[in-house]
Amino acid sequence: MLKKTNLKKFRKFNFKKFPDKNGRFGNFGGRFVAETLMPLLLSVQKEYEKAKKSKKFKDELDYYFKHYIGRPSPLYFAERLSKKLNNAKIYFKRDELNHTGAHKINNCIGQVLLAKRMGKKRIVAETGAGQHGLATATVCALFDLECVVYMGETDIKRQAPNVFKMKLLGAKINPVKSGTSTLKDAMNEALRDWVSNVNDTFYVIGTVAGPHPYPMMVRDFQSVIGIEAKKQILGLEKRLPDFLVACIGGGSNALGLFYPFLNDNVEIIGVEAGGKGINTGKHAASISKGKPGFLHGNHTYLLQNEDGQIEDAHSISAGLDYPGIGPEHAWLKEIGRVSYVNATDQEALEAFKLCTRMEGIIPALEPAHALSFLLKNKKKFNSKTLIIMNMCGRGDKDIFSISKHLGVEI
Amino acid sequence: MYNRIEEKFRVLRSEKKKAMTCFVTSGDPNFSTSKKIINSLPDFGADIIEIGLPFSDPMADGPTIQKSSQRAIKSGINIEKTLEIVDSFRNKNDHTPIILMGYFNPIFQFGLDSFFKRCKKVGVDGLIIVDLPPEEDDLIIKYTSKYNVFNIRLITPTTDTKRLKKISRLSKGFLYYVSVMGITGTKKPSISKVKKSVLAIKKVTNLPILIGFGINSSKQTREINKFADGYVIGSAIINLIEDTKFKKYSSKVILSKIKLFLSNLK
Repeated sequence: MLKKTNLKKFRKFNFKKFPDKNGRFGNFGGRFVAETLMPLLLSVQKEYEKAKKSKKFKDELDYYFKHYIGRPSPLYFAERLSKKLNNAKIYFKRDELNHTGAHKINNCIGQVLLAKRMGKKRIVAETGAGQHGLATATVCALFDLECVVYMGETDIKRQAPNVFKMKLLGAKINPVKSGTSTLKDAMNEALRDWVSNVNDTFYVIGTVAGPHPYPMMVRDFQSVIGIEAKKQILGLEKRLPDFLVACIGGGSNALGLFYPFLNDNVEIIGVEAGGKGINTGKHAASISKGKPGFLHGNHTYLLQNEDGQIEDAHSISAGLDYPGIGPEHAWLKEIGRVSYVNATDQEALEAFKLCTRMEGIIPALEPAHALSFLLKNKKKFNSKTLIIMNMCGRGDKDIFSISKHLGVEI
Repeated sequence: MYNRIEEKFRVLRSEKKKAMTCFVTSGDPNFSTSKKIINSLPDFGADIIEIGLPFSDPMADGPTIQKSSQRAIKSGINIEKTLEIVDSFRNKNDHTPIILMGYFNPIFQFGLDSFFKRCKKVGVDGLIIVDLPPEEDDLIIKYTSKYNVFNIRLITPTTDTKRLKKISRLSKGFLYYVSVMGITGTKKPSISKVKKSVLAIKKVTNLPILIGFGINSSKQTREINKFADGYVIGSAIINLIEDTKFKKYSSKVILSKIKLFLSNLK
């Protein structure tokens, strides 16, 4: 299931050169949008390039990272779980301790600061699990901006606590009924809103997908995870880890952790949602089972039928329930730098329960996928193996849907 | 090389007439009715026919065309069958230009070379690929020139002069001016703003300019014809295929409704 990566090949590879100026990672990425959005995307790109060089922007970002989100997040040695994993040492990068309970807010702060620089007054966002919507609503409350969140009706039902929180924060929730009423459809609606309100609106995309410059921008804002983790592991263990593991829907938490390690001698593994099994047609494993195509402004791996119609994804975890993946992941898979595997709903639930009981950490269902990969592959590890797993979200939001799966009424 | 779009505008201009372009989704509500609708459009006054290739995620379309696409996909339509429709249309009509409008993914999955080759063979004259802006359309340039299928480009209220110049330099056939900032069939365009933009575009290019998005009344089309080269009617026709109450009509009823509607527009 897991092939060893030829790490030497990538030691001197210049990952910083990607994407190119047209937003391409190899063939992937790009800007496949209607003409109405094109001029706006160009101006977002221009403003982002400027912001990146601005000390004021960096200082502001650092300030909110530290004092509002609570960064750096700890790198925690999960000692009891480590014993379960053939005594390999497993560390959790605890982004679930961030304000609003997931990694999503790292990116929201960045994008909303950019929107403010551009003088935009209205923010739109899509959300699946509700974590990105919640983070966006939170940051909009902080900066006094109008916030409209598009969310599929299916997701509204399974993520009721986050919906309520977003409303409390003053966001307007627009239920999306088209398609399967999940994340993909919410993204379509958010794009339609943006096309209709380009002058005053900024679209805060929650993952490393969408048209250029979003995949790059979101990656950059989320890279704080990997930058911190690297520093922390070198301090704690005096060496780099052997493995990095993270779950992947669109892939923002994963790329945030992976990106600063791409040149290093580290095996990197992304875990997609295998749903009911990747041969059942009910899963969200776009890399394992999809093929390259075009959706939501970028060229990437997509679940689709032979006519090029996008197929529905399925996952117990709303945050992974997306039929595509960020274009940089598609490229990292193609060049062989990152291995992509998957874990089923059932496996994720088992890992969820184990983590809760053994570490006293209730993980979100998303990172439970990453953990289940480690549990499944424990024979490959030994007492010398050092692993960092991104604990990218906490499970509070999932307790209702999990109780249903466990047959418990709360 | 001869292309029906250029020929059509040459004729229309010499007769001082404007182009009524009719958009319908291929396979909506089903293959046979769709074929009948498309075959009848020239008799109902259509100068150019635009056939939508349905996509599961039409991000530039409003609810009307979204639903229409879903109906069509459900009825089993795909590119192959759409080309069949065009092929049979061409058996009877060799002069009305046909333009396929769609999103890039289904075309890409069909295979670019075979798609363009088939377009040429069955008599497709132009293409509008909504999510392929000039920044990305080098992916198809090779094929559009090889098979003489025009890549019709969109100009929108957000297109600035620099882009406008570039886009019109690259374009053939006509320019499609998107009258509103938004998606199809929702907002009502301000005709005076559209006029201002069209006059500005005319300073840059001699290409004919058609106005689309939110056009559904003779009041609008009469005004538009004073300064542009014609208009595109889309959602307004599709609303006749299945009304908002999801009432299903027979193909005969649909055809007579479309005929009546279009005769009032011209």
